[in-house]
This record gives sequence, structure tokens and C-alpha cells, in this order.
Amino acid sequence: MTEIKEDNVCQPREPLSASRFRRNWAKLRRNKAALVGAVLILMYVLSALLAPVLFTGNPSAPNLINSLETPTLKNPLGTDELGRSILGRIIYGSRISLLIAVGVVSVGIVLGIPLGLVSGYYGGKIDFSIQRVTDTLLAFPGFLLALALVAVLGVGFKNTVISIGISMVPMYIRLVRGCVLSVREEDYVEAARAVGTRDVIILIRHILPNVMVPITVQTSLSMGMAILFAAGLGFLGIGVQPPTPEWGTMLGSARSYLFHAPHVATFPGIAIFLAVLSFNLLGDGLRDALDPRFKI
Amino acid sequence: MLAFITRRLLLLIFVLFGVSVLLFGILMTFSPERRAATYVTSPQQAKDIPKIIKQFGLDDPFYIQYFRWMKEVLKGNMGWSLVASRPVGEAFWNYFPVTLEMNLFAAPIVIIFGIWLGTLSGIHRDTWIDHTTRILAIVGWSLPTFLFALVLLMIFYGYFQLFSPGVLSDQLTMFIIDNPETFTRFTGMYTIDGILNGRFDITLNALAHLVLPVSTYVIVVVALNMRVMRSGMIEELSKDYVMTAQAKGADKKTIYIKHARRNALLPVVTVAGQLVALSMEGSIAVEVVYNRHGIGWWLAESAVQLDMPVLMCICLFMGVVFVITNLTLDILYAYIDPRIRLN
Repeated sequence: MTEIKEDNVCQPREPLSASRFRRNWAKLRRNKAALVGAVLILMYVLSALLAPVLFTGNPSAPNLINSLETPTLKNPLGTDELGRSILGRIIYGSRISLLIAVGVVSVGIVLGIPLGLVSGYYGGKIDFSIQRVTDTLLAFPGFLLALALVAVLGVGFKNTVISIGISMVPMYIRLVRGCVLSVREEDYVEAARAVGTRDVIILIRHILPNVMVPITVQTSLSMGMAILFAAGLGFLGIGVQPPTPEWGTMLGSARSYLFHAPHVATFPGIAIFLAVLSFNLLGDGLRDALDPRFKI
Repeated sequence: MLAFITRRLLLLIFVLFGVSVLLFGILMTFSPERRAATYVTSPQQAKDIPKIIKQFGLDDPFYIQYFRWMKEVLKGNMGWSLVASRPVGEAFWNYFPVTLEMNLFAAPIVIIFGIWLGTLSGIHRDTWIDHTTRILAIVGWSLPTFLFALVLLMIFYGYFQLFSPGVLSDQLTMFIIDNPETFTRFTGMYTIDGILNGRFDITLNALAHLVLPVSTYVIVVVALNMRVMRSGMIEELSKDYVMTAQAKGADKKTIYIKHARRNALLPVVTVAGQLVALSMEGSIAVEVVYNRHGIGWWLAESAVQLDMPVLMCICLFMGVVFVITNLTLDILYAYIDPRIRLN
């Protein structure tokens, strides 16, 4: 979805230093929207970590006598069709969603960064073949690719992560390659090469640091997108499977009770929306703070 | 320019080939036995699986099977759809108008609304107008399509009993099925067919069914368009030629509309491809929630029931549409901005 312009993004920057960090941090702090995003993310992380403390009991154990209850003191967000506390399922669901988000960007980073570095640095035939594969993957809208992959790989947590992860890889390849191309001819890279530094060292020590800013921004936005995609797959019934409390899956099963028990769909929906929103707000804020040249 | 177009067309062939190989490759990850099992309808036939594998050459080398498949696809034979219980090609033309109709209504709104809001936001930077539109944009951006669709359905249909889901009311659908001789389905799109057949009540009914899907679409997709337009406006308004125009005494409207907006429209062309991608993704959720049997619904249903020929057909179709859109946009952009051609 959000793509970052490749040109002029990763010009050589001033070296990392405490003062630069402080300045960027101050900029980020002034950005209220980003701060809201960061606080919300922190809340989600805390609820994921403290899930057993915040909600005692098993969020997946059915209790049919209490099914489809409206919010009460005992169940602040009501219960779903099997009488399970929606609050408890949302709290435990934050574990699933955050794990998916982290897993997806890990797949994207682990595959995308090395391929992008190699493609941009060496050029020639390697670049050509990597780029044509990337073109092919980019020929599909991201969600479509994830959907097709998950249909073939099968449903479940692991395959959801792999499918969405693969759909993110081309974006990382393009981003990193664009950056590498813009710094490859810089004097310091030339100098490193002249003194006989090995390519691996040049890539890691001299080129990679220049790519870190756009990657950080992209990662925040990608995590939001990963949660969105995973919820979408769950909603369609081909994501993480019940009884695991996944927000999208919860929303999907709540569809049948949409009109006489709207709260069952509403609360997981809000959870998804706020999670995606917070990553997008943080990503936007990071972009503004770290690089004023980003425009979109 | 010609060299540029030729180069891009050659690349297009490459990508389309890659797309077909990728899709076929995904299918081939299934064992021949599993692929043969799709031909089996009753348990008694299970012993025929080796025979089926032999008959259709399911254990032949990859490239032989690929070329056999490609030959059929180019002839227009895409296989049999389990979900639609008819040939994929035939079912496709049945579902496609539903999706096309929704996009035909949504696209102009998205484009006009996005450009208008973005321009407004850019001109009145950091005022309440700007803040409101920006909040709307980030909310629209983060709101899952299926969620927003559900919320609208819950409010308007569940609470106010307005705008029922589906494509057409049951009564009118029955009428059309019962009277094929009085109502000809020229395009498959009820809004247009209604007019062509002189049945304006059908057009109006179909339009009422489009209100919620199109609104969902617009809110979710418009954000991207608007953001790009806004930043484009801000950038253009800070340029020297704007100051020159001001110094010469041009009025604000001329500066905004004639000078700045024209240049700010350029980057919008580059994200139009992403808009197409977004609307493809959006059509899946919108059609599932509003129970409109179009391409998106068919795709979702096929993914659930593992209807492989349909998945491949729709992925191929969407891939081709997406690639051709991007190519057209590239050429358009190179035409508008000659600097691109030189790279």
C-alpha cells in the first residue's frame, strides 16, 4: 500500500550520534499523532505480555449458558456466541496479532534486505534476475498474493505469517535496492573498495546503515498492514483458525449475529482498527521525524 | 518515446510469463494424487486415481504440463469451477459485471473527491480543514474494508432497515429470472440494463443496493489519493513560480487551480496503480460483506473451498489487469513528464 519514493531517500547521512538521536526524538515527541500511536502500541504490547494477569481463565473455553450476553460488570465487553468473554479474547488476541506482525516483517526483512542489497550492489545479471522475480510478485496486489498463498499452503498461524510475509518481500527488496543504488557510487564506498575491503563488509558496514531509516519507517507501516491482512484472512475464514482468539476470525464469526448482537462484532473490530491505526500513526511520525524529504 | 514503450512492452511479456509460471508453480506444489482427487466425486472412484493421473498426464515434467495448461488457457478454457458449478470462463462473465458495475460508480467519486479534498487540505494547510481531512485520511487508511462495510451494514440495514445487501431485491430478481424475454441482460449490470430495457424501477433498485458498497469503497480508497494530492499541493505552492504569479497580481484562485493544482496532479498518476490494487483488495471484502456475487466474492469463496482453477483464473486476471494498468500509467507519466523517459 504505502510505497516510499526511492529517489533521494537514502543520501549519506550524518553519523549516528547522541545529539542526532536527541533531535529526532524531540521531533517525534512533538508529533502528537505519532505519540498517540506509540502509546497505543505500548498498550497492545502490555496487554499481550500481561494477558494471563489481565484475564484469568481460558479465553477459548466455551460457556454456552452465557452466550451472546451484552456487556456486564463480569464481562465488560459482553460474550460471544459460545459464551466466551470478548474482552478476554481481545486481550489474548493481541498476542496473536502482534506475533503475526512481528513474524511477517521478520520474513520481509530476512529475505528482502539481503536480496535488495545484493541486487543493488552487484547489478548486472543478478540484479536483473532478482528484479524480474520482484516484478512478478509485484504484479499482484499484496492481499491477493497472500490469499492465494494461504489457500495453497493451508490455513493456520504459521502459514498466515509465511503468506503475508512473502507478499511483503518485494516491497523491501525495492526499497533497499533503491537506497543501495543511490549510495553505491559514494566516495566512502569507493574508498572502502580501494583499500580492499570485502564486499560483505562494505554492504554491512557502509551501505546497510544508510538503508536503516526507510526500513524503520517501512517496518512500522508493514506491521499495521500485516495485522490488517491477517485480520482480513481471518475474517474470510482462511487465517488463524478458531478457537484461537484472532481478531479477524472473531469478527468473521460475529457476522452471523450482526443484527441482534452487534457488540460481538464491534469490539474486535475496534481492536483491529486501533492496532492498525497506531502503527500507521507511528510510521507517519517516524517518517516526518527521521526524514523530512519523505513527502507522502 | 517509442523506445520507452517498446522496452516496457517487452518487460510486460516477461512479467506476464513470470506471473503464469508462478501461478502454475503454486498449483504444482500439490502432489499428482491430490490434483487427481479433484476429478473424483464418489469414494468408489478413489481406486481410479492412478488412471486419472495417467490420463491427464499429471506426473509429466513441469514444463510439459505448463505448456499443456497454457495452450488451454490461451484457447479460453480455464477449467471447471466447483463453487459456480460451471466452466470457469463462463462463470467469470457472470460475476465480472457485478464487480465492474461497483467500480464504475466508485472510481469517479474516488478520483474527484480525493483531488478536491487533497487540494483543499493543501491550500488550507494546518487549519481545521486540513486537520479534519488528514484525520479522515488516516482513519480511512487504517480502517479495514470489511470492518467498515460491517459497520455501515449494521447501522443502515440493521438499524434503519435501509439499503439491503445483495445486488437487487428478491422480487425483481425473480421477475428477471421468470421473464427472460421481456428483460434482456445486455451488460449484466442491472443499473444499465434497467435503462436499456426501459425498466427504471430496476435501475433505481440496483442503485439503492450500490449505495453502501460504493460508500465503503470510497471512504477506504480515497485516503491515498487525498494524501498524495495534499503533499503535491503543499510542494507546488512553495515553489518560485507561485511567488512570481503572486507578484504579478494573479488572484488566488488562478494560482491554486491553474498553476499549482495542475502540477500537483502529476504524482497522483503514479499512485493510480496502487488505487487499482486497493480497489481489487477492497472488492473482496465489500462483496463478501454485502453479499454481492462478483469476482471478489467468488475469489474468497474459492479460497475457502480450494477451488484451484478459479483462484488461478482470478489471480491471472487481476495480475494482468494490474500489470497493464501500471504499464499504461508509466507511459502516461512519461508522456506528461518528459524527464522520466531519459532514465
